[in-house]
Amino acid sequence: MNEREPSSVDLLIASDRVPANANPELLTEEAIWALLENVKDPEVPAVSVVELGIIRRVDWDGEHLTVDVTPTYSGCPATELIEELIAEALRAAGIRHIKINQVLTPAWTTDWITEEGREKLRAFGIAPPQGSASKMSLLGVDEVIACPHCGSEHTERLSEFGSTACKALYRCLDCREPFDYFKCI
Amino acid sequence: MTQQQALQEYVLRLADSAMILGQRLSELTGKAPAVEEELASMNVALDLVGQARNWYEYAAELIDDGRNADNLCFLRDAHDYRNLLLVEQPNEDYAVTIARQFFFDVWHYFTLKSLVNASDERIASIAAKAVKEATYHLRRSSEWVKRMGDGTEESHRRMQNAFDILWRFTGELITPDDVDNAMFKAGIGPDPEQLRQDWLGMVREVSAQATVTPGAEDAWMYMGGKRGEHTEHLGHILAVMQFLPRAYPDATTW
Repeated sequence: MNEREPSSVDLLIASDRVPANANPELLTEEAIWALLENVKDPEVPAVSVVELGIIRRVDWDGEHLTVDVTPTYSGCPATELIEELIAEALRAAGIRHIKINQVLTPAWTTDWITEEGREKLRAFGIAPPQGSASKMSLLGVDEVIACPHCGSEHTERLSEFGSTACKALYRCLDCREPFDYFKCI
Repeated sequence: MTQQQALQEYVLRLADSAMILGQRLSELTGKAPAVEEELASMNVALDLVGQARNWYEYAAELIDDGRNADNLCFLRDAHDYRNLLLVEQPNEDYAVTIARQFFFDVWHYFTLKSLVNASDERIASIAAKAVKEATYHLRRSSEWVKRMGDGTEESHRRMQNAFDILWRFTGELITPDDVDNAMFKAGIGPDPEQLRQDWLGMVREVSAQATVTPGAEDAWMYMGGKRGEHTEHLGHILAVMQFLPRAYPDATTW
């Protein structure tokens, strides 16, 4: 490949970079949490990683910031991208020493999705998880899922598995709209 | 066999079984009988491959010979693979695909449920994540066994046929060997006798509802997957699965 001169695009990207924060300790843990509210789940951009409940801990040790993140599903293909987006947001805030820690235990549960997160999912057209994950029976019957569009409880399950690992596919029998259900685990 | 060797073997078995079944299910991409079933198969495959990665990462740390998770998955040959024979069996018709999944899911569910309490913290944490997914998988596969078994004459015939074909590979799931026994003694693996009863109990319960007849408990069984003696199918799976990383070992992006 040919060597090339830095283009104006390169310079633009370079100039976009925020200089390293000389006083990273100025950002309190509360400020970090607030900052992470702006990092969206790439597969469900309606909710932030905080609302989704996958940020488990934020901790300063001197100038080093550790963020504990838990994956929603073992095979969630967005896990790495989410970690990258979190690191990017923190770097943009001038934090230099970032460690993203992947924790598996305690395992993520839909119970950790915040109330605001649930409301945003509904507004986005995804039925939020209903009830508590721990109450799901092994071979039990399905619960009633309300349509996020018209609110009708007259719905049917089309597939236990939907467009991503975390969703199931439903259809409303009243407004006839298909919708995703953020399934309980 | 030292305790450490048994632990390595055990983690590799969990990794390989999840990986090979994930790969088998991936073969249904574009070929599943219905779009919903394709989504389901890919979702389950994704969960299994994700779990396999967690197990491989731990196995690589235990083995500690410079190989990483990818190396263990893509650069070992069939005789080094420790997966159950059941999961390498071909997809065949959809009844076979579902029956294979069901037999595996029951074993997987009870195994993981026990591993959640393993004295080895890392195993317990990977299992805690995986058991939720396995529970979901089992709900689906058991529902399909019932629906097909207790469905039309044709679907019943096929589900019974699937049980007949696959039964000879199920003994391995509930027959412990030295590694299983060592892991149980170490407070890591499930109680082999309990696992056997749980597996048989649930398989019988679902079979009864599905009106299909499981094989005999003392039927002749194929064994050997757990020690690297495989059926002819595994080499073909690995050929497909490992081609790219073997052909382009230095590639970092695909």
